[in-house]
Amino acid sequence: MNHWYSLMAEYGMALDEDRLEDWVELFAEQCDYRVVTRENVEQGLPNVLMWCDNKNMLRDRVESYREVNEYNLHYDRHVIGPLRMLGEASFEASYSLFQTDLEGNSRLFSVGRYRVEALLDDGRPRIKTMLVVADTGTVPSLLATPI
Amino acid sequence: MKVDWPRNDYSRVPFHLHHDPEVFELEMERIFRGPTWNYLCLEAEIPKPHDFRTTWVGDTPVIVSRDKQGAVHAFVNRCSHRGAMIVRELAGNAERLVCLYHRWCYSNSGELTGLPFRQGLRGEGGMPKDFDMKAVSPQRLKVETMNGVVFGTFSEHTEPLDKYLGEFGTGMVKRFFHKPVKVLGYSRQRIRGNWKLYAENLRDTYHASLLHEFFVTYGVDRATQKGGVKMDGRHRHNMNHAYAASDSQEEAKKAYADTAARLDRMRLRDTKLLQFKNEYPDGMNLAAPTFFPNALLIQINNSIGTRQIRPKSVDEHEVFQTLFCYEDDDEEMMRHRLLSANLVGPAGFVSMEDGEAIEVVQKATRSGQNTHAVVEMGGRGAVKDETHRVTESPIRGFWSYWAELMGVEAPNGIR
Repeated sequence: MNHWYSLMAEYGMALDEDRLEDWVELFAEQCDYRVVTRENVEQGLPNVLMWCDNKNMLRDRVESYREVNEYNLHYDRHVIGPLRMLGEASFEASYSLFQTDLEGNSRLFSVGRYRVEALLDDGRPRIKTMLVVADTGTVPSLLATPI
Repeated sequence: MKVDWPRNDYSRVPFHLHHDPEVFELEMERIFRGPTWNYLCLEAEIPKPHDFRTTWVGDTPVIVSRDKQGAVHAFVNRCSHRGAMIVRELAGNAERLVCLYHRWCYSNSGELTGLPFRQGLRGEGGMPKDFDMKAVSPQRLKVETMNGVVFGTFSEHTEPLDKYLGEFGTGMVKRFFHKPVKVLGYSRQRIRGNWKLYAENLRDTYHASLLHEFFVTYGVDRATQKGGVKMDGRHRHNMNHAYAASDSQEEAKKAYADTAARLDRMRLRDTKLLQFKNEYPDGMNLAAPTFFPNALLIQINNSIGTRQIRPKSVDEHEVFQTLFCYEDDDEEMMRHRLLSANLVGPAGFVSMEDGEAIEVVQKATRSGQNTHAVVEMGGRGAVKDETHRVTESPIRGFWSYWAELMGVEAPNGIR
């Protein structure tokens, strides 16, 4: 179980320290990362805010952020709650994500929960699928760096 | 209210119009509750009798509902009694809509049909005998639907919907909705900027391939492609559009040589986002018809949806996006459309920048309220359709109609 705790600790820290390339490496080669909103889930609607159905799409997103896209200049801060184990290698956890602008003004950016299927790849914990269900369905300003 | 337009062709736009709370209040009254057709929702969202959805027209909360016979109604979501919101849910199905405060009851067509203790108790209290329920029913909107798209207007004087949208507008509604659709879901984005900055953005084809570098870098859309801007006769609605694969790599490289765009260096590892399966006779891979004041239909490759501008205050608005597919899409096409949602919406590769651009305009213009935006790309003077996209004249068209409705046209202002 400690594997999964350290996986999620590194998950949040990699994003908060702007190590997006390291964040990608926390995913298995065959993976699925999806951000949806609670509003859609409750209505049984499949719409996504972000969906990468393999690791190359995650790499493309990160490369696009680095080289192509413009977005709000900010720092992220993830606060990830305790994991509730749903099986041997599957769990869920609540998160809060705060954003701070370059002048130091912080705001709540998103709250919600992660649902994760994980695996051990040569002893290293990796994410197979991650579904992010954001309670915060109204995205403040825009969503660039991953939740 | 008075606006000092430096030029009669609206090529200078005073920044204070994005910051003045009095302007915002007047806009709600003269534009959103005035003689305009506002996008409300899709019929596909309320398919059954007694289905309802809540929406907004400007800052007015509105219920759209279907009655027992199947007719669509829209009325203000505000109890006639003491002003509570009648429906608090986003959507549902109910034979009667009941206000939670004192349980006043409304029909699906928005009529007050009953209220508790109307006759009093044991002969005491109650409403006056001559109390007229009909006379106090919530304000109704006139509703018209076109191919399943529901529009509403508060004004008696609004021209019929097809006249309002004009030939190109009705043509575009019929193009996007040429067969039954199914809603895939919603996204919402709260932008800290005046709603007109978003309306301008939608009419600004100049920014598209410059701000949204993804377009150019990965070849989704470049100004060198065949395309242009089309407007209705009054220049209030606009469509930016482009045709897939209608330019050459060499031509594009030359045109973007001065910008930061990297046409050669970058390749997506997974190119399925860029796949375009042509499904319209016109061959456009990018179409964004915008209808004054609050609606946009948006196609980027195979991602299709509507966007509704919901002004919240003078310096904030929500962009509400409804993504849909066609009812007869197979599973593969539906998956393709959902994956294409990566392009649009609040996290979209070719849309996320708009939120940032608008917010930095709002921030920087607060202190520049005596100054103006310069809108001359594509020329001065009369506003007209173009078969190129190096123009922002539809923005001037927007302001000329805005000024007409607000009663503040420039002397000899163009139309």
